[in-house]
Formats: sequence, structure tokens, C-alpha cells
Amino acid sequence: MSLWRQLTRGLGALTRGAAADRDLTDEVEHYIEQATAAGIARGLTPEQARRNACLEVGSTAAVKQEVRASGWEAPAGTLLADLRFAWRRLRSEPGFTSVTVLTLAVGIGATTAIVSAVRPILFQPLPYPEPGRIASVHEAARDGSRMSGTFGVFRALQERSRSFESLAVLRAWQPTVTGGETPERLEGQRVSAGYFRVLGVAPALGQDFRSDDDVSGGARVVILSDALWRRRFQADPAIVGHSIMLDGDPFTVVGVMSGGFENIPAPSAGIWTLLQYGTNEGRTWGHHLRTIGRLRPGVTFEQARGELTTFAPDLVRLAAAADGFFPGGFILTSLHEEVIRGVKPALLVILGAVTLVLVIACVNVTNLLLARGVQRRGEFALRTALGAGRGRLVRQLLTESVLLALLGGIIGMVVAVLGVRALVALSPPGLPRVGAIEVNGAVFAFGLGIATLVGLAFGITPALQAAGSDPHRDLHLGSRRSAGGHRRTRSALVVAEVALALVLLVSSGLLLRSLRSLFAVDAGFETTQLLTMQIQTSGHRFDADGATDKFFADALDAVRRVPGVSSAALTSQLPLSGDSDEYGVRFDPPPPANPREGFNTFRYAVSPGFFETMGIPLRSGRLFDEHDRAGAPLVALISESLARAKFGSADPLGARLQVGPPSAPKYTIIGVVGDVRQQSLALGEASAVYTTAAQWWFADNAMSLVVRTGGGPSLLTHSIRQAIWGVDRDQAIVRVATMDDLLAASAAERRFALILFEAFALAALVLAAAGIYGVLAGSVAERTREIGVHSALGASRGRILALILRQGMSLTILGIAIGVVVAVVATQTIVAMLFGVSRLDLVTYSGVIVILGGVSALACSVPAWRAARIDPAVTLRAE
Amino acid sequence: MDDPSTDVIQGTLDMLILKTLSLEPLHGFGIARRIEQISKGVFKINPGSLLTAFQRLERAGWLDAEWRRTETGRRAKYYMLTRSGKRQLEIETSDWTRRTAAVARLLKAEG
Repeated sequence: MSLWRQLTRGLGALTRGAAADRDLTDEVEHYIEQATAAGIARGLTPEQARRNACLEVGSTAAVKQEVRASGWEAPAGTLLADLRFAWRRLRSEPGFTSVTVLTLAVGIGATTAIVSAVRPILFQPLPYPEPGRIASVHEAARDGSRMSGTFGVFRALQERSRSFESLAVLRAWQPTVTGGETPERLEGQRVSAGYFRVLGVAPALGQDFRSDDDVSGGARVVILSDALWRRRFQADPAIVGHSIMLDGDPFTVVGVMSGGFENIPAPSAGIWTLLQYGTNEGRTWGHHLRTIGRLRPGVTFEQARGELTTFAPDLVRLAAAADGFFPGGFILTSLHEEVIRGVKPALLVILGAVTLVLVIACVNVTNLLLARGVQRRGEFALRTALGAGRGRLVRQLLTESVLLALLGGIIGMVVAVLGVRALVALSPPGLPRVGAIEVNGAVFAFGLGIATLVGLAFGITPALQAAGSDPHRDLHLGSRRSAGGHRRTRSALVVAEVALALVLLVSSGLLLRSLRSLFAVDAGFETTQLLTMQIQTSGHRFDADGATDKFFADALDAVRRVPGVSSAALTSQLPLSGDSDEYGVRFDPPPPANPREGFNTFRYAVSPGFFETMGIPLRSGRLFDEHDRAGAPLVALISESLARAKFGSADPLGARLQVGPPSAPKYTIIGVVGDVRQQSLALGEASAVYTTAAQWWFADNAMSLVVRTGGGPSLLTHSIRQAIWGVDRDQAIVRVATMDDLLAASAAERRFALILFEAFALAALVLAAAGIYGVLAGSVAERTREIGVHSALGASRGRILALILRQGMSLTILGIAIGVVVAVVATQTIVAMLFGVSRLDLVTYSGVIVILGGVSALACSVPAWRAARIDPAVTLRAE
Repeated sequence: MDDPSTDVIQGTLDMLILKTLSLEPLHGFGIARRIEQISKGVFKINPGSLLTAFQRLERAGWLDAEWRRTETGRRAKYYMLTRSGKRQLEIETSDWTRRTAAVARLLKAEG
């Protein structure tokens, strides 16, 4: 009740200030009247009575002040007055205010956006119970690189290891689901039964996999992701226990994961089935599995590593006995480390870059506030002389700074929200945990906290300086005189700004030139007007290789008949698409230059016409033709670099080679073709062997179609798809993309980093220019009188122009010199992201220096021009 | 200064105002005048403290205020006791009586 009164009356006094004031005046006035009347009644003259009454009451203003100060609203009123005053001040200087607010907004916004994006990836634990115990296990190749695991090793570890509570292996699985409107190729995983237990999660509906089912020939069961369950099965809870058709076989749905489940090891996977390997099959010792495990509570990674090492000699023997291979060591890391391994360096560099932007923004704001503090010396001196206390002045300035910071913070949040959206939209496919990126509360608070701290820190310096100075002297000097000490601080800040901007500009320049040189790389084939897609066969009709071959041949014929198609061909793996199908190759007789067996040779099974369609040049011999079919003599083509590596200057034509196991057939080399970039434009010198699909020793059940078109390649997508479905309605067509799309995607990570760096560098450039401009403009304003005297004494406009320009450019040059030194050191962090350009690239450095110099000259020229136009008569009269 | 009047004892002004208003609604000068008269000039009221006290008591909900016409037709702010003001007066009165009795006993024991 009384609290309510306190609140309403107080608010009433605040909002109806004038009316409340009138009432109070009236009441005091009435008091005096009554006292006067009482005096008259006692026999005093009216004048005497009035005088006595006034003496008794004292100053009306003081009484009112006393009453007003007693309520809670008094300090609030001061705050409001401070805010109102600050707002008026800021509005009266729109240039200063908008530059400061925008500077803060860019700094805070960019930092918040990047931290929002990077935090869940790098710094947040994985979204599983006790994620620190989840480990990733690789076999360590002799050169220290990671090798995929084998089922044999997994089983051995499962039996022997005491360090792990549970272990699991997984591999990709892409079943085609039928029974709906269109067949759909799903992204999934084959996992051993303990997979979800390693992660520490269980299905939300139904049950987890049972170990009894995870045997060769066990029950066909699947677990669905929440997203797939909703999209394909209308979120029907009754689906559990029913079967769905995958690749022509019925699979029983045993569980559905919860909507919050994030499948970190393979983010795109939405369906899981059991691995169901036997212990004595060909694939038992194939290196194609990923292994993860959950450590027992209290077991450290170091202990687990130690234990794994003790198993190694035994595993080498075990593998060799089964005609398999174990390299002799393990690499054990936490799953989190493993997931972020590829992106961590780039993300840290980006985090560093955005920190630079924030630092530049803060330096800029400090500079602006310092300059403003100097210009307002006169004002503060006047207010001190009029009785404003030191505390009151400090509070006023702090209010202004915090108001600025908050305005900057609010706009910065808008920048952050838009920035995070842009980041997610631009993020390269390899970025893990993109789904977890959002501007969350903590990061929002982080941004606002920075804004306020920045405001307090920068607000307090000029406030203390202003409050601590002698009002008499300052008033006397006026506000337009020089202030040497500040100018030096601010010059130092500008130098720092220019140096930091140069570091960012050089980094983004190097990345830009890397991307340029990357796209200048010859892919080895004609990339324009090339449409690609993958056709996948599924179902028992294709159990016989003949059926597969016939389907692909018919489909290719159908595609070639589509109007607008110039030529078309099939290949088992498509360059730059992420395919990576590598084999070991042996030559017979052993080649002269390097007789040892070569690993890591890309194997392509193609249709005749592939080289003509792709535009891969023939170096010697002949290409495939229609006669190279099954039953004809086995022939192969090899790539230029393989020919050079194995045969040197000798002629490889007529030599024979064997791809894969010793039992594989031997092919005669009939030609050498140009090199093709298979994995990415950055990785060259790929050894490759080509055979016709008809002569390869098994039928690939997924083939990529490449189509050379006359016009825009993507226009033909629909008619080509219809042509293929005209041959067989049930086959999935996926990964439709033009080769230009694939090229862009292969450089997605570099492009992502480049876009961010370009944005940061641009912001840094603008901020640095604003900083130079601010300092020079402030300096010109302070030195108006000095400049006026100069020109009164006969200095020409040209000289004054040169004076100011020299002042600005000397700061720039010093900043550039320092920046170059810093950049030479700092660019070490981005060496891994560079391609075809040195981190000391002269062109980049000189280009950046020219840009930075030009922009700062522009920023200098405006205040210099203003200084040159100062009229000495006006200046001197104003004194 | 040979003025015999003293300032009101710290903390009793509120009680004096409440007591004065328990008889009838009054305006500010009337209250000051009444306190001076009844205390036979012992207490002299400072107008600033008085008006501040009015605001405090009003916000506490013990007083209500109303602008009325005086006999001379002038606008004046009259204060009156609310029900919770009456209760507060009782509390303060008994509290005061208890304290002064204790102080009196102490002084007597000393003598």
C-alpha cells in the first residue's frame, strides 16, 4: 500500500514536474501569507509582518529543494536529467555520435557474431553426458598420419581393453528408401551395437540396438532420426515395430532418436542400422571404419593410450595371420578434438582477426572521446566555476559514455544477429555443429558487457581529466588552444590503429590472392557447361552385375538423346566432388623409374566418350572406344604424372598393370591422358588409372553422369532426370550440380575465411580512416588560433595544407612501418590457408600500403583543406 | 539568540503532526501554529522540515492531502489523518510514553 504510494507519488513528481513544483510554491506562498496575517493580528505593520514571515520561512527555493530532495525520485530525477542532457549533447553532435556509435556497433557486433559462431564449435563441450570421456581411436600410419580402423582391431580391443566402458565402429551408409512417392537416397550410418551407448544417449521412442542382432545375418533393424521420422514418416509413433523398405529389403524400425540429438560423428546421417560384420570375412581387415569409445570413469586419455600401446605387437601378428594389416600404433584423441581438428586453426585465426577489429574499434572510440574531452574543456571549466561538483561532472560524462556504449551495443546486437545468420548461410560444408550456432543469451550479455565496460573505461579518462583540471586556467585559456599531452596519446592511438588495419588488410589480401591463384589452377578438364549428377542403383534386381551394366548403358543412351546434350559419359568417381576411390597399382614388368608398388592411385571406371566429354587431353596412344567391352582384351589408360613417376622418359604403352589385390586381372596400357585434379584444386599431381566400366572386375552400383551441354547446364536437369527415370523409375538421382558449383564448393572453406577477412579488413580500413580524420580534425579545431597566426604572418595556404597533411601522413607512415613488421610475424598464423602465394608476397604488401596510404591521405585532406581556409581575421577577432 | 523556542526533538515531528491532525484537518501554517501554541512556544517548527515531513507522511499513507478554499477564498492544501495514520499515532504515542517513562526513571535513579 505505502510502497504503491511511494511509487505513484514519486513517479507523479517525476512526470508532472512543473505541476508538482507549482503546488509546492503555492503551499509555501500560502504559509508565508498566513504567517504575515498572524503577524498583523499581533499588531505588526503589514511590511514588518511580511518581513518576519519571510525570515521565518527562509528562501522559498531552499524549502522547495529540501522537500524535493527527500523523495526517492530525487536521484532518479538527476539521472533522468543527466540522460536528457547527455542525449541533447549527443544529438547536437551528430557526426561524433554516429561515428562513435557505428564504430562500437561494428566492433561489438562482429565480435559477438564470431564468438557466437565459434563458441559452440570450439569451446562448448559436445552435447552428450560426460562428453570428456568420449574418445576417437585411429590407427597410426608409419608417417604419423591417421588411418581408418578395421573391424578386426575393434573386436580385439572390445575383448581386451579395460580402459573403455564401451566401444563402437561406424561407416557411412546410403540406403534408398522406397514405398513413398519418389525413391529417396538417405544419408545414414552402419554402426556397431554400442554406438549410442558410447555417446551416452538412447532413442526417445522404442529401444536401442541389441548386441545379439549385431552379427552377420542378424535381424535387419534401423533407428531413425527425429527429423527423418517427421519428414518421411509424418511423426507416426506407431512406426516403431513396423518395417520400411530400404534397398529392396524390409527393415524393422526399433527406435526414433529425440529431436535434440545431434549426431556429431556424422552430422548429415539420419538413419542408423547395425554393422553386422563377421570375424572372418574379407571386410574384417579392411581399413574403412571409424572407431569411437567411452572411457571408464577415472581413466585418463594418457592411461588409455598406454594400454592401447601394449596391445600393438599382438595386433600386428593377429592382423598378419588373417592376411590383414595393422600399422602398429594408435592415435587416441577426444571426440571433440577430432571433430574440430580440421577447422580449429582457421576458426582461431578468425577469432584473432575479429579481436583486432574490436581493439581497433575501442582505440577509435577512445580517440574520439579524448578529442571531445579536450574540445569541451571550456565547457567543463565554466560548469565547475558555476558550482558543479567534481562527482557531478564525472557522473555526467560517464552517463554520456555509457549512453553511447549502450546505443552502440544495441545496434551492435542487430549487426550480430544479421552476422550470425550470414555466417550460418556462408558456412562451408566441413564446419561441424553449425546447427548449434545462434546468438544466445550469454553471448548477448557478453556483447552488452563489452559495450558498457568500453563506455566506462573511456568515459572515465576525459571525465577525470576535466574534473581534475583548474577551472580558472582552463576558462582563461579557452577551449580552442592546443593540448599537447593529449595530442601525443591520440597520435599514438592512430598509429596503432593504422598498424592493426594493415595487418588485417595484408591477411585478407593474401587470402584473396590465394583464392585467385587457386581458381587459376587448371583442373585438367573443361569445367564450364558441364552438368554432373550421380545415379545410384538399388534393389535385388541389380544383384547381378549384368543388370547394373545394362541399366547404366540404357540410361546413358537415353541421356544422349535429350535435346541440348552435346555429349555424355559415366564415371565411377567424379573429380572435385569429394569422391576418393584409391587403389594400389603394380606394373608388369616393373617400370624403370620406380619399380615399387604404388599406393594412392585414383581408379576410374568410365564409359567410352568420358575423356571427350570432360575435355581431358590425350598425350599419347589412344582413348577408349566401343570395342573395349567385356570380353575384349583388357585395356587401361594412365595419367601423365603416373607415367612420368613410373616410366620417366620411357614409353609406358604396351606395359601391363594390375589394380588392387594380386588376384585382380591385368590390363594393357593403351594411352596416357592429362592429369586431373581429383580431390581439390589445391592438391595436384594425382596418379590415375582408367578402365572402361565394362572391363572393370565388378560393377560399381553408383556412377556419376557428366553431360556437356550447349547452353546453360542447369536448364537440362529436369529433362535428363526424366530420361533416366524413363529407363527405371526406382533409381535415385543425387548430387546434381554443375562443375562450376563443385569448383566453388571445393574452395568453400577458403572463401568463407576470405569473406570474413575482407569484411574485417574493410571495417578496419574505415575505422582507421575515421581515426585519422578525427585526430586531424580535432587538432585543426584546437589549433585554429595558431593556424590563424601562421597565416596572418604570411604563411600561404599551400604551406598550411602541407603542414596538416604532413602531420597526418607521418602518423600513417609510422603506423604502416610498424604494421608491416607485425604483419610479417602475424601472417605465420594463416600460412596453412594460403595457396600459391608467399606470406611475404610483395604485391600484397605494396598494394595494401598504397590503399592504406591513399585512404589516409583522403582522410587527412578534409581537415587540411579546412585549416587552409581559416581566415586569420576571424580567428584573431574570436579570441 | 535569546529566543527560548527550541527545535523539535529529533524524530518526534511526525508524531506531533499526526497528533495535531487527529483533531481536525489543517493546512501547513495551521499545524505549525497549533504545535507552537499548545507547546506554549517551546517548539518552533521549521517550515522546510514541516513540508518535507508532510510529503514523507503522505507517501507512507498516514496523511491524505486535499486542496480546499480557505475562509478567505484562497486555495490551500489541507492535510488529514488516514485510518492507518491513526494507528500509527497510537503506536508512536505508546512508544513515546514507554521511552519517556524509562528516561524519567533513569534520571530519578541517578538523583
